[in-house]
Amino acid sequence: MIIDLLVSNYRILLRAFGNTLTIALISLVFATLIGLISSLMNLSRSRILRAVSRFYVALIRGVPMIVLAFMVYFGLPYLLKKMGVSGFRIPVYTASLITMSLNAGAYMSEIIRGGIQAVDPGQSEAARSLGLPYNKTMRLIIVPQAIKTMVPAIINQFIISFKDTSLLSVIGFAELTNQTQVIIGRTNAIFEMWAIAGVLYFVSCTLLGQLGKVVERKLANGN
Amino acid sequence: METKIKLENITKSFGKLDVLKGISLSLKPQEVVCIIGPSGSGKSTLLRCMNRLEEVNSGSILIDGVDITDPSVDINHIRENIGMVFQHFNLFPHLSVLENVMLAPVELGKMSKEEAKANALTLLEQVGIHEKADVYPVKLSGGQKQRVAIARALAMNPDIMLFDEPTSALDPEMVKGVLNVMKDLTKRGMTMVVVTHEIGFAREVADRIIFMDQGKIVEEGKPLELLNHPQEERTIAFLNEIL
Repeated sequence: MIIDLLVSNYRILLRAFGNTLTIALISLVFATLIGLISSLMNLSRSRILRAVSRFYVALIRGVPMIVLAFMVYFGLPYLLKKMGVSGFRIPVYTASLITMSLNAGAYMSEIIRGGIQAVDPGQSEAARSLGLPYNKTMRLIIVPQAIKTMVPAIINQFIISFKDTSLLSVIGFAELTNQTQVIIGRTNAIFEMWAIAGVLYFVSCTLLGQLGKVVERKLANGN
Repeated sequence: METKIKLENITKSFGKLDVLKGISLSLKPQEVVCIIGPSGSGKSTLLRCMNRLEEVNSGSILIDGVDITDPSVDINHIRENIGMVFQHFNLFPHLSVLENVMLAPVELGKMSKEEAKANALTLLEQVGIHEKADVYPVKLSGGQKQRVAIARALAMNPDIMLFDEPTSALDPEMVKGVLNVMKDLTKRGMTMVVVTHEIGFAREVADRIIFMDQGKIVEEGKPLELLNHPQEERTIAFLNEIL
């Protein structure tokens, strides 16, 4: 029964799974960039930059991702239309990527901030006393040390993001959950299809967790 | 008279706590000054003001005639000429000993990689640790770490060195090696400010000893004068405690 379902739907499942994995991966890259910028803003001396970063993090923490997805995909084009900008449409893939990146970016911001603050202040004092400017101190001394403490949290965030992609099914992004619904609509194999989807998520997340452990061990030995 | 470092009436507070209450001090080129005093007297803070790791509340600090309390001063450029050695070494753990020493000259465009490497190896030899060049700091003893830290500070070829209790975190048997390296520096004409509890070292190498207490300079003088004939009661009490 399940075998038959797999055989007849493996193409669509593979494509859906591929979409899930790639949107998680690409959004993690953007989220890391957003998180890096936001965390540096949060740690900067400028009150305005700090406020912007904190507001962003608070907003993402306080708004469910599903609401954010609706806002990006439906809300913004509607607002633009009302403001007189007609014909603006945002592709579902782009909306998904923006939603995921913004969402994970806020958590990455906190992870990176924590990692940077965990580095002994003596490190930056030593670097500054040598005459290194702030950006070089960050890039050469602080961030490389911070990354080590951040890796477990980043992998954890990636696993969370990977599962959060399922929420994008509500705006019609063709990821695993969305496509599972489509297949169920055609086959009516409700239990079997959700079991297949569940196993795919579970196995992927477990593998990601194992991969994380390997990376962690590599970094720990790197010294 | 030429002055290398000149502090004029500097004050510094952390919140409500006044740590430095009007300190004036000047050093001639090549002078070696040791600062002693009880913990909490402000001596480390005073030292850290000299390369602006701490910002003063008022007063001025002239290094080679340039007031580093002026916000428009390029402090990074000034710091290139002031080496600093910390109590807890603060070596960069993700870089090898050699990379620790090479980093600043290469990154700040002072030397090519080859020059910096040759320079670093020479310095490591001077501090007696060149055989550890490719090792990471975690593998070194405290005394070895501190000697690497001194080599790292020397790599930019500074003519001022600041030492913030450089032997306080060391096992007793490690202290001598570090002090010997510092003694060599005084012979090479380095201007040095050393916050220390090593009275023997201060007696031997300092041109002047400064005794600080409660954010003020209580007494200063040549080592033998100050150590053998202290004038102030607080100095006498402190010296009685530690000698």
